[in-house]
Amino acid sequence: MELFWYIVLLSMLAIYVVLDGYDFGVGIIHLFFAKNEKDKKILKNAIGPFWDANEVWLIASGGVLFFAFPLVYASSFSGFYLPLIMILWLLIFRAIGLEFRGQVKNVLWYKIWDTAFGVSSLLLALFFGLALGNVVRGVNLGGVIDGVAKYDESYFFLPLWNSTLNPHAESLGIIDWFTLLLGLISLLIITIHGANWLIFKTNCSFKENLKNYILYWNSGVVFLTIIGIITWHYVRENPFDNFNKNPILWIIPLISLISMLMLFRVKSFKKESTGFIYSSLFIIASFFSTAIAMFPEILPSSNTIHEPLTIYNSAAPEYGLIIGSYWWIFGVILVMIYVFVQYRIFKGKLDGINYGEH
Amino acid sequence: MEDMIFYDRMQFAFTITFHYLFPQLTMGLSLIIVFFKGKFLLTKKENYNKAAHFWMKIFALNFVMGVITGIPMEFQFGTNWARFSELTGSVIGQTLAMEGMFSFFLESSFLGLFLFGEKLLGQKLHFLTGFLVFLGSWLSGWFIIATNAWMQHPVGYEILENGKFVLNNFSALFTNPWLLPAYLHNQMASLVTSSFVVAGIGAFYVLQNKNHSLGRIFLRMGVQFGIVATIIVAVPTGDMVAKNVVKYQPITFAAMEGVFETEQSASIVLIGQPNMQEQKLDNVIKVPGILSFLTYKNFETEVKGLNEYDKKLWPTNVPGLYYAYHIMVGLGTIFILIMFLSFLNLWKKKLPNRKWLLWILILSMPFPYIANTAGWYTAELGRQPWLVYNLLETQHGTSPTVSSGNTLFTLLGFIGLYLLLGMLFLVLVGKIVYKELKQEKITN
Repeated sequence: MELFWYIVLLSMLAIYVVLDGYDFGVGIIHLFFAKNEKDKKILKNAIGPFWDANEVWLIASGGVLFFAFPLVYASSFSGFYLPLIMILWLLIFRAIGLEFRGQVKNVLWYKIWDTAFGVSSLLLALFFGLALGNVVRGVNLGGVIDGVAKYDESYFFLPLWNSTLNPHAESLGIIDWFTLLLGLISLLIITIHGANWLIFKTNCSFKENLKNYILYWNSGVVFLTIIGIITWHYVRENPFDNFNKNPILWIIPLISLISMLMLFRVKSFKKESTGFIYSSLFIIASFFSTAIAMFPEILPSSNTIHEPLTIYNSAAPEYGLIIGSYWWIFGVILVMIYVFVQYRIFKGKLDGINYGEH
Repeated sequence: MEDMIFYDRMQFAFTITFHYLFPQLTMGLSLIIVFFKGKFLLTKKENYNKAAHFWMKIFALNFVMGVITGIPMEFQFGTNWARFSELTGSVIGQTLAMEGMFSFFLESSFLGLFLFGEKLLGQKLHFLTGFLVFLGSWLSGWFIIATNAWMQHPVGYEILENGKFVLNNFSALFTNPWLLPAYLHNQMASLVTSSFVVAGIGAFYVLQNKNHSLGRIFLRMGVQFGIVATIIVAVPTGDMVAKNVVKYQPITFAAMEGVFETEQSASIVLIGQPNMQEQKLDNVIKVPGILSFLTYKNFETEVKGLNEYDKKLWPTNVPGLYYAYHIMVGLGTIFILIMFLSFLNLWKKKLPNRKWLLWILILSMPFPYIANTAGWYTAELGRQPWLVYNLLETQHGTSPTVSSGNTLFTLLGFIGLYLLLGMLFLVLVGKIVYKELKQEKITN
C-alpha cells in the first residue's frame, strides 16, 4: 500500500508540475516578451481558464502527502518553513496579478500586476527546482552538529542559506550551489514548457521568435543537466544503483533524454502541440527518474546517525491507506472527467476568449 | 516556549479569520446566484440574468481571495503544527485530502467555465456549471467541518503507544454526531452573511433610485433568503450545536454561558463581564430559569458551573469564549429582528419606501461577518486547551524545530500582505458596485 500511495503522490506532483509549470512558464515569457497589450491579453487568455484548477493539483498532492505520509508532511513542511511560506506569498501575488489586473483600466495599475505576475512566476519556477534539489540532496535529520542531535530523529530545520553554499556542509541551507543548479534547470525547462504551451494554444506575435529561444534555452538545459548528473555523484553516493539493479527502469531516463533532444527539432514539428508533449514528457520522466534513484527514500538524511525518511517508515497505517485508495480512485475518475470537459470546451486557440474582462 | 505557542496560535488565528471572511460569502452567494440563474431560466426575464452577472463579478473576486488565503491554511498544518500533523495525519489527513479531490477540483474546473463560458455553453449548461461550483463549495465546507468535528469530538480512532492517532473506522468520521449540526449551522450562517450582503447592496441602490431594477431584485431575494437563514441558523441548527456542547464539552458550555457556580433553575445571562479574579460576572442582567429550559427543556434542572471542574480543564480564555459566544448570539437575535421587519415590509410591498429600514440593511452588512467569526471563535476557544478534545493539548502540537522568531517573521508578513489584499478587495468590490449604480442611472 505504501508503494501505491507513493506512486499516486509522485503522479499527482508530476501532473502538478506539468500543468502549473506551463502557466508559470507563460508568466515568465509574459515578463520578457509581451510588449503590447494585444500579446499580453493573448498570454493571459492562454492560462486564464486553467491556472486555478492547475494549482489544485498542488493542494491535492499536499493532502495526499498529509494523510498517506504524515511524518514526511510534518517533518518537511516545518523543516522547510521559510521557503514554503515564501512560496505561499508568491502564489498569492501571482494569483492577484492575474485576477486584479483587468479590474481597473489604467496603465500603472496594469504595470504593477503584470510585474507581480511575471516576477512571482519566475521565482516560483526557481523555488520548485530548489525544493527538488533539497529533497535530492537530503537534510540534516535531527539537526546533528558534531555528532550531537538537536531535535528528534525525524525533524530538521533549514535556514535559507549558509555561509559556504556547500551541499556537503554540516549545517545545510536551502540554497547551495547544487540546489541552485537544479533551480536553474527548473527555471529553463519551465520557460520552455510555457513557450510550447503558447505555440500550441495561441497565435501571439512572437511565436516564431520563441522557437529560436527554445533552442538556446534547451542547450542550457542539456549543459546544466550534464553538470547536474555529474555533481549528483558528489552529493550522493551511487545515485544509479536502483537503475542498475532493475535495468528495465533505464527506460524512464531514456524517455527523458529523447524528449529533451527532440525539443531541438521545435522548428520542424508539423503539429503545434508536439513541442508541448515533449516538454511534458521530459518533465514527467525526469521527475520519475529522480524518484526512482532515491527510492525508497523520500527525505534522505545528510548525517550518518539518523535514518532517512522512507515510504515505509513514514506511512500511515494500512487501514487508512486501503480505505483512502477506494475514495481516491473514485475521486480521480471524477477529476479526469472534469479535466476532459474543461480542455474540450477550451480547445483550440484561446486568443479571443477575453479572460478577466468584465 | 510560551511565546512560540503564542505566535503559532496568533498566525493560525489571524490567517484563518481573514480566510473565512471569503468562503462564507462564496458558499452562500453561490446558492443565491444559482437561484438567480434558475429564475432566469424559468421566467426568461433578462433582469434575473443581469442580477446573476452582477453577483458573479463579485463572486469571482471573492472566490480568488478565498483560494489564495486558503492555501496557507493547508500548509500551516505542516509548517506550524508539525507534531499535530504527525500524530493525527492518518485521521484528519483523510478528510483534508478528500476536500482536495472532491471539492477543489470540482469548484476550480467549473469556475472558469461558469465565469467565462456563458456564450460557449448556452444557458442551461451555464446554469449547470454554476450549480457545480455551488456544490463544490458546499462540499468543501462539509470536509472542513468533518475535520473540525473530529478535533471537537474525536471518533473512529485508536491511540498507539507512541501517541499516534490511527483511524480504525472511516465511516465514523462522517457519522460523527458533532458533524451534521455544526455543518448545517455553519452553512446557514454563511447564507446569513450572503443574504445580508445581497439585501444590503440592493438597499444601497434602491435608496438612491427607488426604481433601480437590479436593486429591487437584490433587496427581495436578500430578504427572502435572509428571513429563512437567520431563523434556521438559530433554531434548530444553533440549538442542536449547543446541545452537543452540553453533552460533549460541558465545561466549555459553562464558560460560554458564564456560569461560574452550579445553579438550580439556571438563568440566562444577557449582559455581564466575566471577572476571573473573583470568578463571577459583573454588571449582570439575566433571566431566571431560561438557561435550564433551553438546555434541558425544564426550568428547574441544574446546570453545572465551572466550579465543579478542575481549573486545569477550563478553557484557556474564559472571557474570550464568553464574549465570542454572546456576540454571536446577540447579533443573531438582532439579525432575526431586522430580517423579520424587512420581510414584513417586503410582503406589504412597502420596503422600497422604508428609508430607515434600507439604511439599517446597508449598515448591517459587516455584522454577519462578525457573528460568523465570533461563532468560530466560540468553537475554537471552547476547545482550548486541547487540539483534539481531551486527548492532545495545543502545546504538544507545534513544530519542534521552528523558532518563534521565524514564526513572528511570517506572521508579520501575513499581516502586511493580508491588509493589502483586504484593501484592494474592498476598493475593487466598491468599484463594481458603484459602476452598476451609474449604469442604471444612465439607462433610466
